[in-house]
Amino acid sequence: MNAEMLRVRNLRVWYETLAGPVKAVDGVTFDLMPGEKFGLVGESGSGKTTLAHAMMLLIKPPCRIKEGRILLGDQDLLNLSQEEMRRVRLSKIALIPQESMNSLNPVKRIKDQIIDGIVDHSKNLTRKERRNLIRELLEKVQLKPEVADMFPHELSGGMKQRVCIAIAISLGPSIIIADEPTSALDVVVQRQVMMTLGRMQESVGVSVLLVGHDMGLMAQFVGRLGVMYSGKLVEVDTVKNMFKNPLHPYTKLLIECPPSLKEKREFKGIPGVPPHLLNPPPGCIFHGRCPKVMKRCLTETPDLEEIQPERWVACHLYSSEEKI
Amino acid sequence: MTPLLEAQDIKKVFRSGGFLKKNQTIALEALSLQIPHSPPIITGIAGESGSGKTTLAKLLLGFTGPSEGKVTYKGKDLEKMARSERMLFRQEVQAVFQDPFEVYNPFHKVDHVLTVPLIKYHLAGSKSEMRKIMENALEVIGLYPGETLGRYPHELSGGQRQRIMIARAFLLKPRIILADEPVSMVDASIRATILKSLLTLKKEYGISLLYISHDLTTTYQISDNILVLYKGSLVESGDAETVIKRPEHPYTQLLISSIPDPDPEKKWLKEDYLAVDQSSNEEKNEKNACKFVDRCPHAMAICRQKIPPLYRTGPSHTTRCFLYKGAEE
Amino acid sequence: MKVMKSILSKLRHDNPSMLAGLILILFLFFFWLAGCAFVDTKRAQPISGLPDQRPSYQYLLGTDSNGRDIFAVMIVGTGLTLRVGFLAGIMGLGIAVILGFMSGFYGGVLDTIIKGIVDVLLTVPPLAVLVVIAAMRAEAITLNFMIILVASLSWMLPTRTIRSQVLSLRERAYISMARLSGMTGTEIIVKEIMPTLIPFLAAGFVSISSTAVLASIGLEALGLGPQSLPTLGMAIYWAISFSAMLRGMWWWWAPPVVVIIILFVGLFLIASGLDLVANPKLRRLR
Repeated sequence: MNAEMLRVRNLRVWYETLAGPVKAVDGVTFDLMPGEKFGLVGESGSGKTTLAHAMMLLIKPPCRIKEGRILLGDQDLLNLSQEEMRRVRLSKIALIPQESMNSLNPVKRIKDQIIDGIVDHSKNLTRKERRNLIRELLEKVQLKPEVADMFPHELSGGMKQRVCIAIAISLGPSIIIADEPTSALDVVVQRQVMMTLGRMQESVGVSVLLVGHDMGLMAQFVGRLGVMYSGKLVEVDTVKNMFKNPLHPYTKLLIECPPSLKEKREFKGIPGVPPHLLNPPPGCIFHGRCPKVMKRCLTETPDLEEIQPERWVACHLYSSEEKI
Repeated sequence: MTPLLEAQDIKKVFRSGGFLKKNQTIALEALSLQIPHSPPIITGIAGESGSGKTTLAKLLLGFTGPSEGKVTYKGKDLEKMARSERMLFRQEVQAVFQDPFEVYNPFHKVDHVLTVPLIKYHLAGSKSEMRKIMENALEVIGLYPGETLGRYPHELSGGQRQRIMIARAFLLKPRIILADEPVSMVDASIRATILKSLLTLKKEYGISLLYISHDLTTTYQISDNILVLYKGSLVESGDAETVIKRPEHPYTQLLISSIPDPDPEKKWLKEDYLAVDQSSNEEKNEKNACKFVDRCPHAMAICRQKIPPLYRTGPSHTTRCFLYKGAEE
Repeated sequence: MKVMKSILSKLRHDNPSMLAGLILILFLFFFWLAGCAFVDTKRAQPISGLPDQRPSYQYLLGTDSNGRDIFAVMIVGTGLTLRVGFLAGIMGLGIAVILGFMSGFYGGVLDTIIKGIVDVLLTVPPLAVLVVIAAMRAEAITLNFMIILVASLSWMLPTRTIRSQVLSLRERAYISMARLSGMTGTEIIVKEIMPTLIPFLAAGFVSISSTAVLASIGLEALGLGPQSLPTLGMAIYWAISFSAMLRGMWWWWAPPVVVIIILFVGLFLIASGLDLVANPKLRRLR
């Protein structure tokens, strides 16, 4: 399978409502390198799930892709026909959705569900080839071959999630988008599933885009991390740099506020509420809650700028020139 | 002095499997806990799904009765209370649940959840008094009555709805509030505010809390002492600092090490991890063995032969594990 | 007045079928009301005028072979048929509400018994039973007897619907909350569950009324209705018996048919409108 780079350029995904557009994703630009683990972190309402769906070409009205490009290699995915899109999904970009355990068909055996996706993309295999493929896939996610003959209700939550991972890699895609794959799982199982995902990623070489809200999980799994807030990407950096030295004030709060197991201390939240995406305020989208807000932030929207090699931030604290 | 709320060695068994109900599931067993009259304490109950924590909540709230043992309030067995005693129990032991969406009837304004208990428990003499009590309770929890009263549930955020539920529990002047996963369905940035208001209830109003959660981190931050449940058994209990910093039971250790540390320099160790996920076909229900034995890195022969008792390993620390064959509970 | 205006405009915007249906039914209602005030209803009885007259200034819709003023028959008949629908609806709904709520909320043995009765009665072919019973009492049938008869075989399905709704609502967290707050079972049914079921109750009422009207017209047209009352169905019966169609007496057989069509279209539109209320997904994407 060819490892390809995925480039998102200035993507805007808006929900058209009678009252006006709700700007769920508003001008997001980033690169997903071949074979890398990239995280997209944000709270609910940040637009991360909409972004993940847009990259899977799963946007349906009243949601529309207003602007922007999604380039896989050299090809703009947004220019594809419906049929071409269908073929790209699963064979080039695969999605592990939230609560995917509930997306397994309860009356079909696991092996049949794995085969479904493959057959749908018109790959004809002999019975022996099928059996081998299923066994290989299950091995890649640390499941015993016997699982193939079981029904979903016989498996635990973590096992079902791993089956979903196996289905996602069944056609050898170059990119896997995992949308909060462990949010419904207990913490011990979560670790197991994430380690499986990590091992699989290492052995197969896919790029993984992990979408979530748990900074701890991001710190443990991804190499680079993008922080989303209310539809905008506010910081992109390596995970090591970001945690040691967060640039954007929101990132700083995201790292400092959650309670830790290290010591008991006073509960800190982020004061204020996220802006309504129907009528976002002018200027920086975070200025209403920013502890470092300046006059400039109220009127000028900061762009995502590369202030150091591979360190991007959208904040006037680091903006290069004053815009007139 | 008799404790305020006490569970004495309770066990809860569910029967299923047809007309004769042959199959037994032990949801909870051999559990004892006490909440004293004073000082107010916050007891954390940590457990994953299947640990029995939901069953424990139902038993402590009197929604269902134990199969063995008893739950007492002010010394009186819940199952044997007279109607007036039961009303008092219902008023003094309140609850806040996980889902801030489902607890509201979409047909009524949010005021409804506050007015109904005030009326039923005769806590207000007039409409204006009721209004005053409601406004005061909302303000204590950090909400603006002008922004919340008179609205329908769908007009408010999840955090606001959850806090109104806490205000509801508070205005009944309870002695104990049982909070079952109160922040798991609320945005991360609001969680701190809600936990802070729960803490205020203990510090300024002397209300004891039972904080039930699968999230060990918030449980650690808010609780004075912690009980760890695994598959219906209490495996470790003690004060929060000790249980988290010096966990003794292998399950507690596994739980703590599985929480992703927001420090990229300290990655999850790959080697010391067991493949422990089992399909339902593989789970064995051995009656006389430690429940954790199939996943335990320190399993010994005795662990498969007997159920370990609760050993007292410190002044307020107990662990149910044969590794600590010292003094018995 | 202002409230009425805002309700009307909301209806027109959000739910045009309900509005149209209500207009049609209300039209019939006022037709009857105004008719009674301006027309002597005794003229709906036989020998009120010369038989077989074509429509004229004196007899707006002519007369039938028994000398009934057809216009008067329309007025009286509309009123009677509306009454059947309304009373049977209330009766049937009342039974459905009581049985459905009790069965769904309390469960247990009570539920098993009620469910059993409902399931057995549902297998009874209603029209056949109605025909048989009516035939047995052919001479002595009164309007009220017919109302009770049709209501008695129409409450089962709404009971089932209400029961299943209550069953699912019973498990909702806000019901546990209500229990925790000290509400009793009856209070919970009336204050917490019933308000959220108003669209279903309304739909049940419309359904029972429609079935009742249809059944009563059917029975009457077969000649099994109250022989002395000029209901719409009886008018059709007489029109058939006296071969009005063959004799080209359109003023006799057409008016009841028109009124019945208006009635049913109205009921259908209201039912569609209620569907929109109960199922928000059907609302037009505005």
